[in-house]
Amino acid sequence: MPKTLFDKIWDLHVVKHVADGLDVLYIDQHFLHEVTSPQAFDGLRKRGVEVFRPQQCVATADHNVPTKNQDQPIKDPLSANQVNSLIKNCEEFGIELYGIGHENQGIVHIIGPDLGITQPGMTIVCGDSHTSTHGAFGTIAFGIGTSQVEQVLAAQSLVLSRPKTMSIEVNGQLNKGVTAKDVILYIIAQLGAEGATGYFVEYSGNVFRNFTMEERMTVCNMSIEMGARGGLIGIDQTTIDYVTSRVEIPKEKIFTWLSLNTDEDAVFDKTIKLNAADIHPLVTCGTAPDTGIRLSDRVSASKHITKKALGYMQFNQDDQISDQSVDYVFIGSCTNGRIEDLRAVANLVKGHKKAEHVNVWVVPGSMKVRSQAIEEDLDKIFEASGFEFREPGCSACLAMNEDKIPAGSLCVSTSNRNFEGRQGEGARTVLASPLTAAASAITGKITDPTIFLN
Amino acid sequence: MDIRSKAIPLPIDNIDTDQIIPAKFLKQTDRLGYGKNLFYAWRYLQDGSPNPDFELNNPARKDAEILIAGNNFGCGSSREHAAWAVADYGIKVVLSTQFADIFKGNAYNNGILPVELDERSIADITQLVLDQPATEIEVSLQHQLVKVSTLNLEKNFHISPFKKECLLNGVDETDYLINLRGEVTLFEQQR
Ligand code: SF4
Repeated sequence: MPKTLFDKIWDLHVVKHVADGLDVLYIDQHFLHEVTSPQAFDGLRKRGVEVFRPQQCVATADHNVPTKNQDQPIKDPLSANQVNSLIKNCEEFGIELYGIGHENQGIVHIIGPDLGITQPGMTIVCGDSHTSTHGAFGTIAFGIGTSQVEQVLAAQSLVLSRPKTMSIEVNGQLNKGVTAKDVILYIIAQLGAEGATGYFVEYSGNVFRNFTMEERMTVCNMSIEMGARGGLIGIDQTTIDYVTSRVEIPKEKIFTWLSLNTDEDAVFDKTIKLNAADIHPLVTCGTAPDTGIRLSDRVSASKHITKKALGYMQFNQDDQISDQSVDYVFIGSCTNGRIEDLRAVANLVKGHKKAEHVNVWVVPGSMKVRSQAIEEDLDKIFEASGFEFREPGCSACLAMNEDKIPAGSLCVSTSNRNFEGRQGEGARTVLASPLTAAASAITGKITDPTIFLN
Repeated sequence: MDIRSKAIPLPIDNIDTDQIIPAKFLKQTDRLGYGKNLFYAWRYLQDGSPNPDFELNNPARKDAEILIAGNNFGCGSSREHAAWAVADYGIKVVLSTQFADIFKGNAYNNGILPVELDERSIADITQLVLDQPATEIEVSLQHQLVKVSTLNLEKNFHISPFKKECLLNGVDETDYLINLRGEVTLFEQQR
């Protein structure tokens, strides 16, 4: 019977069927960070069990870390305590940790792929919903709660219900200025914040085939924002080139990977087809990621905007989105904090200066991204434009460190969530691509990046 | 697990985990005391005093063990702190038309029963509870049944037999998996 990529990987990882359609699924790779793991390690200590497969775990500190002066102790005692707990736990349980100052440190979903740990055909989990990022490599990757983190530490497996499968196909030619971020914002706006709940999504079509691995990661990253358990993309030469440029892979393994791809006649529980030409640069106008509208639109163009969201965002139905004044621009996060994102931003802003009233933070996703950017002199371009180039971490994506957007301020952000208070209490978040964020930093208003692209 | 209780109506769609428990409260390393910060930004005013317009602060909802939410409750982050906050506050059952997957799993693992009913039923129950706060709702896990006598409503809900067994008999999924380590090892050797 023809099968989907998802079904093949899932079936290869079933340790045991539990009576009623639930499976015990084997987990190949477990990523950990400081926020969702302390209670799991405590649980192990209480039970008196060791970590079952420590060599299949990798940890990093990212959510709480400052993005300035990382060589100095963390000021916030609670953050410091959490980061120190991770160090202690990793030592005690024999888990590899890329902590602050380590050359491999960075946002968990950026370092896994970049270090060659993320490989096709794997099952990957992390106590973090954006684990879906790793699906770009043709993996089943998804976020889990802390109790499940404990379970994977204890037995390298989970009891899971099998999700349904959805195919999202996008074919055609993308318009000028349209990035991977705009594509996924468009898909989410089409389906709604709950449109893929219960499904695992496979993205296919020439748009994704033509994307680089980094662009594919941006797409898979936001699968969770339409409720999907995860999202993945078929394995091709682009995937293989990316992985083999980082780690050595035997030839036979590559053949096995390619054989996992969705068979031609495989049937999905749901299929959606979209046209690339319909996609334009988008920004969100509400407090859920499904409120993307075009830069020429009024707020009322969003079919998911609610009265509550309008109130919070201080927008009126007939406000033109591109008229809105910007206070902060945040470029970073596991959605858009990779080297290609920084290159795109540098390219656009080169020779321009930020608008005076705007604060711009560029936060690389990892130490490696940061050093690469410096090697390419991108830091100099940022500096000349008045952009602050910071040290790596999650930063203003969720504002657990000191990078908070003040109440009432509007931030154009390349991150993935515009929930109320996500970037700081009362902060108003507008999600956008790195290009749109960069253009908005220059003009000081929400701005269509295409005017800068020639 | 049979619950008979008043309910707190929160008819808002897409209540995300940042609303259930904001990120600034995720810095603890234990599971205790999250209930006081449940729905923090909606529940308290700038000066820290309770927001009188928010249903959790309505004296009529005191001691309610059931929460009735809008569609897609618990979307967003994987933070189990959201489930810890709901449980610590004293909520034992959440009713919605649909839950976000990760939240649903976290709820089960913390003894919270997520109950999905059709849109009409949720709307009717929400309206009734808004109009008549004293209304009691009955939820039986054993019979997989929600009962609201005022509405003459009796609805079955779905739960996987494994999860039901875990909740009813206090079976710990982690213990179950630890006991499976031998089989997991065998699986590793045979793949
Ligand atoms: S960058 Fe944002 S979304 Fe990504 S892991 Fe960090 S906090 Fe989560």
